[in-house]
Amino acid sequence: MLTVQDVTKTFAGGEGDLPVLRGVSLSLDRNETLALTGESGSGKSTLLHLIGGLDTVGSGAIEIDGRDITKMTDSDRAALRRTDVGVIFQQFNLIPSLTVAANMAFQARLAGRYDADQAARMSDALGLTPHLDKYPEALSGGQQQRVAIGRTLVARPKLVLADEPTGNLDEATARQVLDQMLDLVTETGAALLMVTHSQSVARRMKRQVHLSQGRVA
Amino acid sequence: MTWTTLTALLSHWRRNGLQFFALISGLALATALWSGVQAINAEARASYDAAAATLGEGQFGQLLPRTGNRIDQATYIALRRSGWQVSPVLEGRIDTTQGRVRIVGLDPLTAPGNVAPVGMQEGTSLDDFLTRGVLFAATDVADQLENAVSQRIVTDPSAAPGVALTDIGVAQDLLDAQGTLSRLILAPEQPMGRPDLAAITPDLVLQPAQDAGADRLTDSFHLNLTAFGLLSFAVGIFIVHGTISLAFEQRRGMVRTLRALGVPLGRLIGLMIAELVLFALIAGAIGVALGYVIAAVLLPNVAATLQGLYGASVAGTLQLRAEWWLSGMAIAVVGTGLAAAGALWKIAHMPLLSSARPRAWAVASGATARRLGAVAGLLFLVGVGIEIRGKGLALGFVLLACMLIGAALLLPLVLRGAVTLADRQARSVVWQWFWADTRQQVPGMSLALMALLLATAANVGVTTMVSSFRVTFVDFLDQRLAPELFISAEDAAQSPDLEAFLIDNAREVLPLLSVETEIAGVPSDLFGARVGPTYRNNWVFVAETPEVWDRVARGEAAVVSEQLARRAGLWTGDAVAVAPGLSLPIAAVVADYGNPLGQALIDEAVFSDLYPDRVPTRFGVRTDDAAGLREKLVERVGLSDAAIIDQARIKAFSLEVFERTFTVTGALNVLTLAVAAFAILMSLLTLASLRVPQLAPAWALGMTRRRLGRLELLRAVVLAFVTTVLAIPLGLLLAWVLLSYVNVEAFGWKLPMYVFPGHYALLTVFALLAAALAALWPALRLARTPPSDLLKVFANDR
Repeated sequence: MLTVQDVTKTFAGGEGDLPVLRGVSLSLDRNETLALTGESGSGKSTLLHLIGGLDTVGSGAIEIDGRDITKMTDSDRAALRRTDVGVIFQQFNLIPSLTVAANMAFQARLAGRYDADQAARMSDALGLTPHLDKYPEALSGGQQQRVAIGRTLVARPKLVLADEPTGNLDEATARQVLDQMLDLVTETGAALLMVTHSQSVARRMKRQVHLSQGRVA
Repeated sequence: MTWTTLTALLSHWRRNGLQFFALISGLALATALWSGVQAINAEARASYDAAAATLGEGQFGQLLPRTGNRIDQATYIALRRSGWQVSPVLEGRIDTTQGRVRIVGLDPLTAPGNVAPVGMQEGTSLDDFLTRGVLFAATDVADQLENAVSQRIVTDPSAAPGVALTDIGVAQDLLDAQGTLSRLILAPEQPMGRPDLAAITPDLVLQPAQDAGADRLTDSFHLNLTAFGLLSFAVGIFIVHGTISLAFEQRRGMVRTLRALGVPLGRLIGLMIAELVLFALIAGAIGVALGYVIAAVLLPNVAATLQGLYGASVAGTLQLRAEWWLSGMAIAVVGTGLAAAGALWKIAHMPLLSSARPRAWAVASGATARRLGAVAGLLFLVGVGIEIRGKGLALGFVLLACMLIGAALLLPLVLRGAVTLADRQARSVVWQWFWADTRQQVPGMSLALMALLLATAANVGVTTMVSSFRVTFVDFLDQRLAPELFISAEDAAQSPDLEAFLIDNAREVLPLLSVETEIAGVPSDLFGARVGPTYRNNWVFVAETPEVWDRVARGEAAVVSEQLARRAGLWTGDAVAVAPGLSLPIAAVVADYGNPLGQALIDEAVFSDLYPDRVPTRFGVRTDDAAGLREKLVERVGLSDAAIIDQARIKAFSLEVFERTFTVTGALNVLTLAVAAFAILMSLLTLASLRVPQLAPAWALGMTRRRLGRLELLRAVVLAFVTTVLAIPLGLLLAWVLLSYVNVEAFGWKLPMYVFPGHYALLTVFALLAAALAALWPALRLARTPPSDLLKVFANDR
C-alpha cells in the first residue's frame, strides 16, 4: 500500500540548510495501523506531509498503491489526496462557514463518492448526529476533531494520515476519539499512519516506528 | 469538485453577511458614482452631437449679415449663381401656449453632408419635408408645438433640445420672414475661381468654422467631472480593497484546507476569480442603476451649468445608453480586479503548509508602512518632475494622481508617527494601553482612512477651486457690469439719436462696439472701447504695462483677454495683429472667464477706422439716477422696457447661473464623503470580531465594556481627526494644481487661489461627525458584547 524509500528532506534556514529527514524508509500494508513517534523536530510531521503530497521530497521515493508520488505534478498529487489519501490535522482544519454535515460530506463530494447512508452511519458512530446543522465554532474541540475524522473516513481513502489528531484533546476525549477512529478505519479497510507523541496512543497501533534526528531509530 | 469547492467558497460570504454587504455595497457605490458621472457625460455629449448634426453649429464656415440679423434671399441666390456652395438657414422663435420654441429652417438639398435635419423616419419622405411641410422635434418640443402650427410634427429624440427643424420655406411662413434668411452655411469644399465675397455682396461677413472652442470648454468640464467620478470611484475601491483583503485573509485557513483535501491551486484561483467576477457584475448592475438615479437627479443642474457657462444645449432628460451601462459594468469588474489582484497573488504564492492564521493586522505593519512611505516619496518626486517640466492636460491629471495616491500611501506611516507621539505623552496606564492599542488598529483601518483622506482632500480641493472661481467671478462681474444700465437701440438708424440723448443725460456713455473676427489664429471678438473713468477705475488686469488706458486711448496699444493671450502664445509687450494691416502692442491682459472666444479691445476711434459701417446698437450707461433715466428713455425716446436692462438684474442672473455651475461637483463632494464614512463603518464592523481577543484581556483586567466602547469611538474620531488635518493641505495642493495647472491646460486661463479657513473647519467637523457616526454602531456592539463571548477568548477547549 505505502512504501517510503530512502527519503530525505532539507529546509533552508537562517544558518544554512537544515536536514530534517536523512534517508527514511518504511512500508505499510492495507488494514495496517502504524504509529510514527519521535521527539519534537525528529521529522515526523514532515514525513507525513511528504507522504500526503503536501510537500516535495529532497530525494528518495514514496509509492502509494504502486505509484511514485515524488514524480507526480502538483495537480496529480492534489488528485491523489482527493481520492486515495485522507489527512487528519491536529488543528482540525474544518471549513468554518460550512455546517457539520457539509464538512463531513465535503471530501467525499470532492472525490465524487459521497454516500448519504454511509455519512449518516459515520455521524452516528462519532456521536455527531445531534450537531449536524451546527457550525464548527459551536462545537467543542473533541467534537471538532470527530468531524475532521468523519470528513476523512466518509471519503473512504485507502490511506489515512493523522497528525497528532488527539494532541489538542483532554485524555478522556482523546481516548474516546481514538477508539472511534480505529474502529472506523478497521471498518473501511484503510491503512492508518498516525504521528503521535503519546506512547499510550502509539501502543494502540499494530506497528510503531520511532524517528530520531531524521532517521528511523 | 468544482461545484463542491465553489459551495465552500461561497459559504464564507453566507456566514459573513456583513462582509458581503460591505463588498457589494462598496463596489456598487463606487460604480454608482462613476457611472452616474459617465451617464451625465454621455447624455451631454449625445446632446451636443444632436445639436451639431442638426444645426451644423461650429462645424462649417458661415456667412453672417454685417449689420442686423437678416440676409436678403436674393443675396443667397446671387452667391449660388456665382458658384459659392452655400446653404440657407433661417432661425427664429415662435410663441406657443407653453413658451417659445426655436424654429430652424434648412434646405436639405444644399446643406453640407453632416447638416442633415434628422433621420427620415416614420415614413416621412424628402418630398413630404419639402412640399407639405414637416417639423422634426424632440418629444417635449413636439408637444409644445402641437396646437401652435398646422404642419405635421414628427417626434425625433435625436433632434437638438428646444429646437424644431423644418424646411426653409416652411420656416419662412412660420416666422413670417418671407424672402429673408439668417445665415448661410459654407460647404467645406468650394469651387476654384469663384468671385470674391465682397464683389458679390459687401453686406456679409465670413465667420470661419470654429476650432473647437466651445468643444474644448465642454470637454474640460466633462474631464473635470470624469476626474471627480474617478476619484469617487477610487474612494469606493479602497472599501472594496479593504473588504476583499480581509475576506481573503480570513479564508487563508479555508484555502489551505481545500488544497490539503485535494483541490488543485489553479482550480481554486479560477473559482475565486469567477466568484469575484460574479460579485462585480451583481454590484456593477446595482451601481449602474444607482448611478442612473444620481445622474437623473443631477442632470438638470448639469444642463443649467453647461448652458449657462458655454451656451451648449443639453436635454434635461436621461436615456438609457449602452455605453455607460457597459462602462459601469467594466469599471466594476476592473476595480474588483485591481482590489483583489494583490490578495489573489498572495493566495497563489502561499505555501500549502504555511500558517493559516489571518494576517489582517499585519497588512500595514511598521515595515509595510515604511515601504508604502517610500513608494509615496517616489510618487511625490514624479509629481514634482511633472510640475516643473510637464505640459498637457493628461500630465496634469497624472500629477494629481501622483499626489493623491502618494498621500494615501503615506498615511499609515504618519498615523503611526502621530500615535507614537501621543503614546509618549501618556501618563496613566489606561492611556498608554489606549495608544498602544490604537497603533495596533492603524493597519486594519488604514484603507478606510485612506478613503477618508481622499474624500476630504477632494472636498477641500474642489471647494477651494469653486470658491476661488466664485470670488474671482464676482470681481469680474463688478468690472464688466459697471454701467448701471444697458440700453439697446431698435436698429442702427436709431443709434446716433439715442447716443446723443444718452450723452446729454448720463455721466458716461459706453457704446458696445464689436465684431467677430480671427486674431492671431484664434476666433475672437474685437471691441472698440470709449476709454473713460469706467474702464480706468474698474478693470483689473492679469498682467499689465504702465499707462494702459492712456496708450489704448491714443490708439497705440490693445488689451487682450487671457484666453486669447495664452492660446496665441502672446503676453504684454508682444504685438498682436488685431486686423489686417493693424498690429498693436499688448498693453494688458485681462481675465475673461467662461468665454470660449478670445477678446481684444482697442480704442473706439481705431475701431471705427477699421469698421466704418459698424454702428453701435447697445450702450452701457453710467448714471447716478438709473430709475430717472429709464423713465426718460421710455417717455421721451420711446424705448420699450425690454430695451433697457439694469445691471443688477444681469449680475443677479449671471451669479445665479454661476451658483448652479458647480452644483454637480458639490453633490459629488457630499456623496464622496458619505462613501468614505461608509468605508469607516464597514471597516470597523468587519474588524469587530477580530477585536474581541484584543479587548478581552483589558476587560478581564477591570475595564468595563461601556468604557471599552467609548474608547473605541474615541479611537475612530482621533484617527479621523489626524487624517482630516492631513487632508486639508493635500486638498489645498489639489486646488492649486487644478487652478494653476489643469485650468490653464484645459481652459486657457489661470485662476487666483483663495483660502477659506471657515469652510475647512466646518469640513473637519463634518468628517469627524461622519467618523463618529460610523464608529457609533460598532462601539455600541462592543459595549454590549456578552461576557460569554469575551470569556471564549480564554477558553482552551474551543
